[in-house]
Amino acid sequence: KCPRVSPVVTLCYCFVSPQIRVKPDNTGVVTDGVKHSMNPFCEIAVEEAVKLKEKKLIKEVVAVSCGPQQSQETIRTALAMGADRGIHVDVSGKDYENLGPLQVSKILAALAKQEDAQLILLGKQAIDDDCNQTGQMTAALLDWPQGTFASEVSLEGDKINLVREIDGGLEHIKINTPAVITADLRLNTPRYATLPNIMKAKKKKIATVKPADLGVDLTSRLEVLKVEEPPQREAGMKVETVEDLVVKLKEAGRV
Amino acid sequence: MGVCSVIRTFLHLSIKPKTEARRCVRLLQKIKTEHATPQLYTTLHRRACSTVSTPRITTHYTIHPRDKDPRWEGVEMERFADEADVVIVGGGPAGLAAAIRLKQLANKHEKELRVCLVEKAPQIGAHTLSGACLEPSALTELIPDWKERGAPLNTPVTEDVFSILTEKYRIPVPMMPGLPMQNHGNYIVRMGNLVRWLGEQAEEVGVELYPGYAAAEVLFHEDGSVKGIATNDVGIAKDGSPKDIFERGMELHAKVTLFGEGCHGHLAKQLYKKFNLRENCEPQTYAIGLKELWMIDEKKWRPGRVEHSVGWPLDRNTYGGSFLYHLNEGEPLVALGFVVGLDYTNPYLSPFREFQRWKHHPFVAPTLEGGQRIAYGARALNEGGFQSVPKLTFPGGLLIGCSPGFMNVPKIKGTHTAMKSGMLAAEAIFPKLTAETLDSETAGLHVPEYAENLKNSWVWKELYAVRNIRPSFHNYFGLYGGMIYTGIFYWIFRGKEPWTLKHCGTDANQLKPAKECTPIEYPKPDGKISFDLLSSVALSGTNHEGDQPPHLTLKDDSIPVARNLGIYDGPEQRFCPAGVYEYVPLDTGDGMRLQINAQNCVHCKTCDIKDPSQNINWVVPEGGGGPAYNGM
Repeated sequence: KCPRVSPVVTLCYCFVSPQIRVKPDNTGVVTDGVKHSMNPFCEIAVEEAVKLKEKKLIKEVVAVSCGPQQSQETIRTALAMGADRGIHVDVSGKDYENLGPLQVSKILAALAKQEDAQLILLGKQAIDDDCNQTGQMTAALLDWPQGTFASEVSLEGDKINLVREIDGGLEHIKINTPAVITADLRLNTPRYATLPNIMKAKKKKIATVKPADLGVDLTSRLEVLKVEEPPQREAGMKVETVEDLVVKLKEAGRV
Repeated sequence: MGVCSVIRTFLHLSIKPKTEARRCVRLLQKIKTEHATPQLYTTLHRRACSTVSTPRITTHYTIHPRDKDPRWEGVEMERFADEADVVIVGGGPAGLAAAIRLKQLANKHEKELRVCLVEKAPQIGAHTLSGACLEPSALTELIPDWKERGAPLNTPVTEDVFSILTEKYRIPVPMMPGLPMQNHGNYIVRMGNLVRWLGEQAEEVGVELYPGYAAAEVLFHEDGSVKGIATNDVGIAKDGSPKDIFERGMELHAKVTLFGEGCHGHLAKQLYKKFNLRENCEPQTYAIGLKELWMIDEKKWRPGRVEHSVGWPLDRNTYGGSFLYHLNEGEPLVALGFVVGLDYTNPYLSPFREFQRWKHHPFVAPTLEGGQRIAYGARALNEGGFQSVPKLTFPGGLLIGCSPGFMNVPKIKGTHTAMKSGMLAAEAIFPKLTAETLDSETAGLHVPEYAENLKNSWVWKELYAVRNIRPSFHNYFGLYGGMIYTGIFYWIFRGKEPWTLKHCGTDANQLKPAKECTPIEYPKPDGKISFDLLSSVALSGTNHEGDQPPHLTLKDDSIPVARNLGIYDGPEQRFCPAGVYEYVPLDTGDGMRLQINAQNCVHCKTCDIKDPSQNINWVVPEGGGGPAYNGM
């Protein structure tokens, strides 16, 4: 008989616009007015959590996001997809600019203990910083097993069967609960948040907490020295013969 | 009303077949159709009179109805419905002004009013593109304390420059007070930011905003009046078949629906036909506006400076001109762009390339040298003015903003009139909505008072005064004739002449066959000031879900090659500012086919307007797709 586990799904509120430019003072990228929405891998995590709830393997899905006021939009989308309630960890201004995977992991660890969660589902990485660290750090802070890059998840008793996508192929593992799972692309296809569900989601609860309430210190151990644009792609060169190519490669010091 | 929707919801939940059963039925259908070869499938759907088998381009259900499509058998098509008092289609200046005004009135009179606004952009302001020099009159009427509330009107106009350009030189035109282009008292704004701010104001007064949901269908009562709208379905594959995640859109019913889709709205197009709204007005005429945002060298930055030009690179018979505005928001940003009237006759004209070419003019290039382009976009705008305003009201709904079209063409401003029209609509509807008894012959409210009030307002006076300026360009001297006419009849006589000039018919009919015209030799983009089309489209941030039917639908798939390419040399390859249309060689054999790159579309509507065969019908794609403009 399957135990009822209550997972916490965490969502990234990140910018998804393809047009990013560096701030004139090179301290970061311009985020003002840039389109922000839920991290695609987190959408997959939410979908997985909702699927598990629909299979009656888990009791409740709680969606969590750390960020400014606008990140509540992301939580609403998760609620529209089927999450039961949301928690918005209010981080704004300078704190938000310095918010990195370590700080988020500390927040999630504190929340997991507070909510008595048995399962934490995250996207494998955020598409704005591509860190791929939060899931792993959260598991370490909680001393829980972790199943990262999951492309298949199934609950068996109080254990979880996972298929992980790794460089060598697919790895099948079995981990104990409570655990942290991070979602990879092929785990599922997220459902659309339809308008009737968005409207219903407006009535679902989103609680707001501050990191200080959770006893989390947000000071960053990293200092961003400089942000630069990647070098402009230079025009290529066409050569007529293989001999020409060898000459050019030698000139460029590559051979 | 409420009970009915609850019962409908319960029915919807109980009769909806199980997901597994639905999937099984769909698999069976797939096996059935997979046995019919693709060629046969095309044959079944092509018109009887075509002789060449054209590769299938259009798969959208508005052209190939789903009730006759075997792949859709057994798919649940019931929609969830909800009731509001007013539904507004379009979150632009007009729609938001109407929503805000409605809620202001409701809050003032302590009445409950549910106002829902749907907008296809993923966030309010993301599909907004405009020059723009805003005349703050309507905004001040709507929100008198806009300055204290932080409206992004940060750049008052300080300098106003007008030029006639020749290939190498510039003829300055004095900006006399009283000329329509004069901008004293106006603000240079980033319209996307203003619209986003209006969205925030709307939410504050209690409007329900739903960005990311497009209104795809108008719903009707049995008596023919408008019942509301339905949002787009999601989860339809590129070939028109349902995907596993298919979900029907939602129905929003309202006592009255406001349509504020902007220039050449696709639902408005249907409404014109259904209610015969255009029988007593001239066809609308349009222009395409292309715009870029540049971060320039600080030394060249002159905040508050407004530059307009006419003339080069367009010939005297092609209407159009440029704008260049220096913003003052803390960084050296300029907004510049080019407008080309869509009544041009040469199918070889490319508005995009005219824009790129103009930037090299000796009067313009120095401002841009050393700068960096950070944004690009395009949108059609209406130019018909007074003569082209259709009937504005019909049972159950009304038209606001640039959709019917209130742009003051010589002033190049339409935002203030659009907002005023939205406010007038709200003020006309409110008493009818909150009256003790609903006074209406039809189930959907008919509010003809809106049209009467508009005709008595400053909007109408303004449009009347400038009504003859645009048509005055249709003479042998073209641009120069028009400027002389403006000088005499507008500046001196204030538009009081007793006659009203006509337009020349629809823009689509103006194209001459390719063999009667000379191709235009455009210079190659230099990559510093002028750019190629594809890198520009990338800057618009446009994207759509790839696996959906192309939303640029063709009524007849064979016409592009037969007519557009055959007679006009494929003008859609040139007038589309996003590279959606390409004529490519067929995979086998000779001949060309039209390739539609729907994902590039920036929702400008130019193709629907200018297609000489009027075969292209732009319909709304899945909500949330389209450009991602940031403060355009």
